[in-house]
Amino acid sequence: MVLIYTEAQNGQFKKASLEAITYGHKTAQAMGTQCAAVVIGNADNPASLGQYGASEVITINNPNLGHFDSQTFASAIAQVAQSKNAQVVILPHNSSGKSLAGRLGIKLNAGVVSAANTLPTVEGGSFKVKKNVFAGKAIAEYEIKSAVKILTLSGNSVQPETGGSEATISSMDVDVPASKVTIKETKLQQGDTAPLPEAELVVSAGRGMKGPENWGIIEDLAKAIGATTACSRPVSDIGWRPHHEHVGQTGVAIKPNLYIAAGISGAIQHLAGVNSSKCIVVINKDPEAPFFKAADYGVCADLFEVVPKLTEAIKKAKA
Amino acid sequence: MKILVCISKTPETTAKIAFKDGNTAYDENGVQFIMNPYDEWYALVRAVELKEANGGSVTAINVGPAANDVVIRKALAIGADDAIRVDADPQSAMFVAKQIAAQAQGYDLILTGKETIDYNGSSVGAMVAELLDLPYISYGTNLVIAGTTATITRDIEGGEEISEAGLPLVISAAKGMAEQKIPNMRGIMMAKRKPLNVVPAVAADDLAVATSFSLPSGKSEVKMIDPDNMDELVRLLQEEAKVL
Repeated sequence: MVLIYTEAQNGQFKKASLEAITYGHKTAQAMGTQCAAVVIGNADNPASLGQYGASEVITINNPNLGHFDSQTFASAIAQVAQSKNAQVVILPHNSSGKSLAGRLGIKLNAGVVSAANTLPTVEGGSFKVKKNVFAGKAIAEYEIKSAVKILTLSGNSVQPETGGSEATISSMDVDVPASKVTIKETKLQQGDTAPLPEAELVVSAGRGMKGPENWGIIEDLAKAIGATTACSRPVSDIGWRPHHEHVGQTGVAIKPNLYIAAGISGAIQHLAGVNSSKCIVVINKDPEAPFFKAADYGVCADLFEVVPKLTEAIKKAKA
Repeated sequence: MKILVCISKTPETTAKIAFKDGNTAYDENGVQFIMNPYDEWYALVRAVELKEANGGSVTAINVGPAANDVVIRKALAIGADDAIRVDADPQSAMFVAKQIAAQAQGYDLILTGKETIDYNGSSVGAMVAELLDLPYISYGTNLVIAGTTATITRDIEGGEEISEAGLPLVISAAKGMAEQKIPNMRGIMMAKRKPLNVVPAVAADDLAVATSFSLPSGKSEVKMIDPDNMDELVRLLQEEAKVL
């Protein structure tokens, strides 16, 4: 069986979880088995995961799993995996999935590949899967040799596909210790745009902006298309923008459908974090900016003139 | 307080990425190696700051061959008191985690970077925590220790979370936890005399290994758009790229 760890926020399953179910369903098909989802805590309509390919949903409600802690959650997931004889456990490649995967690898004596971005190749006894390495500058194929395999799925690698049916639901009791971690405060950014690692559309800007007070035009463009804002490393280092917006080799690596970069020259470290984007638009007044070589579309002009024009053109096209 | 900082050696961020032996191994020829930036700038520097504020010691640990000693000496120059090198040529995160766990008894705090910039696994911290049955908090951007309690701010999707846990525990460090620190001449001179203990590896299997590598297919030629015709760019994004 292929087991998927899912997460819900305010009762709604996260997109990363739906991607993982679709990916898990296809992996299960290739292995000639079924896909089951595990839901810890409250989620509206867990049976709906059947639409994405889960044949079974296992719900867990335990007072010791009231908040996320990799230690208690890994214990619960490992118990489900063992009782269901899971051959593969798939988690989203996000803050929780990454911290669970390593623990599950130890608990289940299982090989771990994090940030898988293609479906595994299952042939005879061999199980291989690809991921980006060197921050997207190369692709590696990994072979997992253990009986149980653990994968985290890189965001936006597959799109959730519906067309399945209702899943059967069962609840399971697990024995987990009390968490040793107390959550003091959770601060989520306001607004309705997706967090950067999950965003499909991203508008990013760099030193060409000349100062933090000029970011209004970037925010306007992002708002016009419903994009999340990002920035280059120098801009976050000097405090023009918050750290969490920094994309690149030492920041967040992203792979949105559309990445618009204004006033970013395209240093190799920045490109490493964004070159998996499906479409890259570069706006820069320097025709020699290396970023143009990595772009699908380029506009060589002053960003202070071009960005507002692009925003207007988008508003017009959407009207 | 005894702090253990896990440091990894990675190619320098502008290093050329090429492969050898029929694309089965990374070609290290001519490549400059550095300490993994997350391990150095955030985990190690914060560990040294905590030691300077609260007393105690900082030990750096690396799993790798003798060629890694140069990176380990840099950790000593930045302020680690001593270092352990587990003598091995690791092929998987789990192998590394098991080596570190075997040396990690008796520490109050174990710090790693949030991931390495080469294989981007982000797994070792969680594995070490599991092996030692300790709490693990990933992506820490701020870490304060008061007595035996750690208060950690960490990045989560779309925001941040502040949590508290008792020592000992394992934390992975992300941008914000500390600032890069350039070692001074005194640090570099002292590093030469600090202990670097080489220990043999314990037995551990590689359960997941990279078997082949490839480079991404090159981008097609960039299409330049007239700055006075943003309608055309929007049309291309909608109809050609189909991303809007």
